[in-house]
Formats: sequence, C-alpha cells, structure tokens
Amino acid sequence: MRNALLAGVAAAALLTAIAPSFAQEEKQGGSMIVTYKDDVSTLDPAIGYDWQNWSMIKSLFDGLMDYEPGTSTLKPDLAESYTISPDGLTYTFVLHKGVKFHNGREMTAEDVKYSLDRVTNPVTQSPGAGFFGSIDGFAAMADGTATSLSGVTVVDPYTVQIKLSRPDATFLHVVALNFASVVPKEAVDEFGADFGKHPVGTGAFSLAEWTLGQKLVFKRNPDYWKPGVPKLDEIDFEVGQDPTVALLRLQKGEVDIPGDGIPPAQFLQVKDDPTYAPLIIEGGQLQTGYITLNVHTPPLDNVDVRKAINMAINKDRIVQIVNGRAIVANQPLPPSMPGYAPDYKGYVYDVEGAKALLAKAGLPDGFTTELYVYNTDPNPRIAQAIQQDLSAIGITAEIKSLAQANVIEAGGNGSAPMIWSGGMGWIADFPDPSNFYGPILGCAGAAEGGWNWSKYCNEDLDAKATAADSITDPAKKTEREQAWRDIYLAIMDDAPWVPVFNEQRFTIRSENMGGPDALFVDPVHVPVNYDYVFAKNVQ
Amino acid sequence: MTAYIARRFGQALLILVGISLVTFVLLYLVPADPARQIAGRSATAETVENIRNQLGLNLPFYEQYGRYVAALARGDLGRSYLQKTQVSELIASRLPASLLLMAGAIVCELLIGLTMGLVAALRRGTWVDSSLMVVSFVGVSAPQFVIGILLLYVFAVQLGWFPIGGYGTFRHLVLPALTLGILGSGWYARMMRSSMLDVLRQDYIRTAHAKGLKGWKVLFGHAVPNAILPIIAMIGIDIGMFMSGIVVVEAVFGWPGIGQLAWQAIQRIDIPIIMGVTLVSACAIVIGNLVADLVAPLIDPRIKLR
Repeated sequence: MRNALLAGVAAAALLTAIAPSFAQEEKQGGSMIVTYKDDVSTLDPAIGYDWQNWSMIKSLFDGLMDYEPGTSTLKPDLAESYTISPDGLTYTFVLHKGVKFHNGREMTAEDVKYSLDRVTNPVTQSPGAGFFGSIDGFAAMADGTATSLSGVTVVDPYTVQIKLSRPDATFLHVVALNFASVVPKEAVDEFGADFGKHPVGTGAFSLAEWTLGQKLVFKRNPDYWKPGVPKLDEIDFEVGQDPTVALLRLQKGEVDIPGDGIPPAQFLQVKDDPTYAPLIIEGGQLQTGYITLNVHTPPLDNVDVRKAINMAINKDRIVQIVNGRAIVANQPLPPSMPGYAPDYKGYVYDVEGAKALLAKAGLPDGFTTELYVYNTDPNPRIAQAIQQDLSAIGITAEIKSLAQANVIEAGGNGSAPMIWSGGMGWIADFPDPSNFYGPILGCAGAAEGGWNWSKYCNEDLDAKATAADSITDPAKKTEREQAWRDIYLAIMDDAPWVPVFNEQRFTIRSENMGGPDALFVDPVHVPVNYDYVFAKNVQ
Repeated sequence: MTAYIARRFGQALLILVGISLVTFVLLYLVPADPARQIAGRSATAETVENIRNQLGLNLPFYEQYGRYVAALARGDLGRSYLQKTQVSELIASRLPASLLLMAGAIVCELLIGLTMGLVAALRRGTWVDSSLMVVSFVGVSAPQFVIGILLLYVFAVQLGWFPIGGYGTFRHLVLPALTLGILGSGWYARMMRSSMLDVLRQDYIRTAHAKGLKGWKVLFGHAVPNAILPIIAMIGIDIGMFMSGIVVVEAVFGWPGIGQLAWQAIQRIDIPIIMGVTLVSACAIVIGNLVADLVAPLIDPRIKLR
C-alpha cells in the first residue's frame, strides 16, 4: 500500500440494488476534465496500487474477469466463458476472439500467461504478486527458481488453463484485480521500466498524452471490443490541483470531477448549498476505521482491558468529527460486505461498564499507554477524541502523531501499543470477506513487518479461514459466508480491535456528467466509472 | 579572478558532497522501510526481502552511499522507487516551471519592493512611509499559503481576472509569482528605504541639487542607481529562500514544479527523488550565492574578491 486512501475495491451502499442497465442508448462523444492533487505515479497494471491510478488502469487495460458496472457482481471480461473443475483446482478460461491491443495486435492466451508470469516475477517488484499465491508454481517464482508459472498453460490461442495448488474461493476476484490485466510482451520489452509511462493494453481508452506533473489525456479506443463503450471521446486528467482549488473550478464550470473529492473543511458548506447538493452522490465503501490493540503489550494482553477500551470509545462523537461522513462500526467487516453480521450489537458505549472491567482486570486506576496516529487531518483530532474517551476510564494515552510510513513501521514491528488506522485503514481489494482477514487479523500478517498491527494470531481461526476459503462451490456461497461471519464474531470476543466507523464516499460532479448514480460511486472504480459515464451536451 | 572562481567551485563541490551525505544519512535513519512501501500490504516477507536485495537496501550504509555517489558521478540520479521513472527525467520535466516561477517572483519582488521602498524614503516620516512599512511587515510575516489562497480567492474566483491555478500562459504565472514575490518584496522595501535614505544624505546628491539639476533627474540619475546597487546583489541569495517557498506556492496553485515533486516523494519515502530534488536545490542555492558574489564587485568596485 502506498497511499492513505488506497482503494482496491469500495462498495456501493446498495450492493443488493438491482444492477442498473447500461443500454447503449447514450451517444458517444464529448469529454470530461478530472483533477487530482498528486501526479499519477504509474499506469503499469503490475505496479499501480493507489486509489488514483486504480480506475485509470482499469480504463486502459482489461483482465479475464471484471465486475458489472456500478456493482461488485463478477462477470467474465476478456474471458468469454470459464469452467471450474469439480475439485475447484483447475480454471479454464476461453477468450474472446478479435480483441486488439492499442498497438493493433490481437490479444491471445500467450499474453494472458505472459502477464501472470510478469506480475509474479520478483524482478517486476509488483505489490500485487502475493495475490497469486494459490497458483501452482508460485513458490518457485517467488524464490527466483522459475521464470514462468508452471500452473498456467496455454491450451490453444484462445484457451488458457490455470491450476491452483490449493482451493481458493476468491480466485475469480483475484483475476479481476488490475494486477492480472493482460499486457503485450513486445510493449513491455520496448519500454522496460518506463512501461508505466507508456501503457499499452486492450482497454476502452488509450493514453494519448502525458505531460509529467501537468496533464494526462485519454482518448477513446475506436477499436474497442465492447460496442458502444466508452461513452466519452476524451478524458483530461489535470494533476497538481489542490482539492480546494478544484472545487472552486467545478463551481465555475471548469472541472467535471474533482478526483480527490470534497475537502473536509468545505464539506458541510457544499452539502448545504442548494446549487451543489444535487451534484453530490453518496455511496458506501468497503472500508473500516479501527484502533488496533497490541495483544502482546501489557496490560493490553488482558482481554478484559481490551474489552473495556472497546466500551469506552464514543464512536458517535468520532463520526461527528468527520462531519458525518461515516457510519458507526461494531465489527471488522463493513455492512456491504458479504458475511457482515447485521444483528450483532458489538461492545456498546458504556463508561461505567468499562471502568468495572478495568477494575476486574486489576487496574482500577487505569494505566499509561501510547496511541499512534497518521499526522494528517482529521486523524489527530480523532486521536484526541479517543484520548479523552480513554481518560474518562482512567487510561492516559500519549498521542504519537507521525508520518504514514513511520506509523506503518511501528505497527509492523509491534512497538505501537495502540494505533488509530485512519488514513491507512483497510479498504478491501475485492468484495470478499476473506480480504479482511489474512493480512490484518490472521497469523500471516502478525509476523514482523506485517499489517496485523494487533499481532493477534489465533491458530484455530486460521484453520477455519482456510476451510472457509476451500468452499469453492458457488452453491455453497451462504455456507461460506456464515463461516466467515462466525470467524469475525469470534475475533470480536478476543477484541484485538476497536472497530470505529465505516467511511462513506461522496462524489461531486458537474451538471454535464450523466449516468446512473451507481457509476459515480462505483465500488471498483474510484472516483467514477470512466468507461460508462457520458456527457449530456452531446446527447 | 579565475583562481577565485575555481576555488569557489571547489568549495561548492564540497558543500554538495556534504549535503548529499547529510540527506542520505537522514533518509537512512528514517524509521520506515522503502521496500515494504514498494512491496505492498499483501507481500510476503520473502518478497520484501527480495526487493530489499534488488535495491541494495541490505548493504552497509557506506556501500549504499558509495553506490549512490558513483552513479551520481556518471550523471545517474537513479530511478524512482515507486514510479520507476528516471529521477533526472522527472526533475528535468519540472525544473523549467520552477525556474519560470522564480523569475516571475524576482520581477514581482523587485517591482513592488523597490517602488515601495523608494516612495517610503521620499515620504520619510509621513503616514505614507509608516503605512508602507506596515504593509511590508505584513508581507514578510504572512504565511505564503494564506497569501496564496487569499489572492486566488479575490483575483481568480471573485474577480475572475486570472485562471484558478494551473500552468501554461502568462496569466497563469501572475498570482503564484506574486505570492512567492511578496515575501521578498517586504525585505526589498525595507532595504531600499534605508539605502535611499543613506544615499540622499550623500554629498554628491547635494552637489547635484546645487548645480541646478531638476529633482527627478537627481533622483533617477544619481540617487536610485546608487541605492539600488547593493540590493541587486542580493537577488542570488533569494534563490535559497524561494526553494523553500516553492513547495508551498506550487501546491496551492497547482504549479508543476520540483516543489510538488519533492512534497509527494517525501510522503512516500521515495528516496531517489528526495535525494535528486535536494541536490538540484542545493546546486541552485550554491550557484545563486556564487553569482551574487561575482556580480557584487562589478556593481561596486570597492568590493574586492579574495
């Protein structure tokens, strides 16, 4: 992870809503201007892993699988169809014929294999390599003894077979990740490390121009294999624009989408302005903000102390601090994630109950500890609210407000007793409950340097998690979700986290941008689904 | 003169080596692991270790620094850890914008500062003098992001005279250059005022008046040129001040210069970019000072280079 707001996948609030129909009645044409504060780091699908380049890469490249626009429903993409063997270990994908890269060459099964080999080769330094761990031959790639995945076979030019070393219920999500995008070998060879500045894919748009630090221009791919897509002829990304300035420009009609969203300081003002309120679209996202409690640091190693802290935090007040841009959480999974337990009440705010638990733990007078926090607004203010809540039950928490990389380091090496996850918190890579476990609550992530900052490791739950992910039969989907629900509720009994809130997403767009609301809070494409939104002035 | 320049270049080289060493040590000591930033949150320990080896982050400090300096001597600033692009390419694409901004700022600060100083000196002791000095004091003390946002709001949003941020035309340059120049103009106003007061007391001014020259001829023919000379020599030193200012001003106005590049790299611990920008800035400051020292004797023959 490299960016505070990293989003693999965020989910629309109404995940259960019927997928909007994206018939081809809208005319193609027009353009839009999207602004960002930071320059785009890279458009290489094997490297890009921040919320800004994630959806840009999606518009330049395609993978075997994708999601229905505006939803998190999986569908075949470059694959025309797929079959899964009865043991759940062999996936066979049949590719669409006649799909062309931006350089004019036809995409074939060889390209799919090459792309998977490339992303798992350590020389590529892909932050997404770990997702492909279930493919047969991954270990040999990781330790450098192989340069090609033995589990991936080209059957014929339009058929590719992938063998897994263990059943993996999330595998179709994995091949829908940007990291599995199909890239042409000749272009990667030509540009080498600069491929990220000269991307060549099969996507709806191609990169026409990139002036470093200023502007990127995406042009419609006239040969795109999906008829009627994309709607826009051109997207201009103007970078280096402060979010406050971007909002002013939107109000003057110079910008269509401020990519960084509405700045916190202007949020209430814009939301209450009758001119702009209708331009804002709200959606949920697969994100949870939490406080980690290091289960090896006394006295946090006592489960009663951790429960007391859970009861001491006034989450409603913290939601107020972020201007109501979140909903209170009581468990690790966000509400729109399959496996969420809607009836679970969690630890209710109860100062007296918390004091009683502390007394039971032998600490009636409280103790002193440290709370690490990422030093950008609103996180230090949230940390102060937590500090006050803790002092109400006698706990003195000293706030350590540091740069993001330093907080991550302190969390990884286990030296931080408590961390407020804000700005670094977990946003799911794909809409599956397993994605909230392994790296942040499982034993694998509890190792030195891992993202499990509580250092919580429950071998029994690890075994249950493996069992749940072995349920690959789609017919047993409910059974698998229940298994995951049980795992997360068991975690809450051990209270390694204080789940605080789930952030909501707010996208503001100009009046010229059209399309169903779901496209503007697309779970997979942040800030909007570039391929399907359209310009009203050409209709 | 040649010997002097050669010696100054030698000193400059030493300064740059010193700066590179200090920056490298600081980045080495930062408690954050660049390999982990690159590897991502789902990476195995093996992957992180592999990346660390590829980047040479496991080597002892002196060896890492030695490698960096050796590459530097070949003109290679390395590749960005996260963007994978050549650092030299990133800096080269952004340097012109920063230089343009600085040139604009120099023009702004001289125009505003010298005019204010001149008027204040001529109206010494009146309300004009004191209010100009208050204004210059505000200019010197106000944070640049406040001035920047204020100018942006009044002249771009409300009045619509200038574009709201961005880069490309002369109109884009005015507000950021003004923001960056206002700080310096405060200093120049004060220096110009005292320098003018000093000059106006000189015998040659009295002589000029005595021989019957018109007031404005005395002022612009004798007083101003003499008062301005010591100030012009200060411009080179401003470069250092601008280097810290552009980080803020470029962020406010969306100006695609090296200040923005540095700011983004620092947040992501992208060491090659941080090193590259630091060295380029240090070079600019060293050259600025050198030029200031070399120009001084040309302007005022009483100054001798040793």
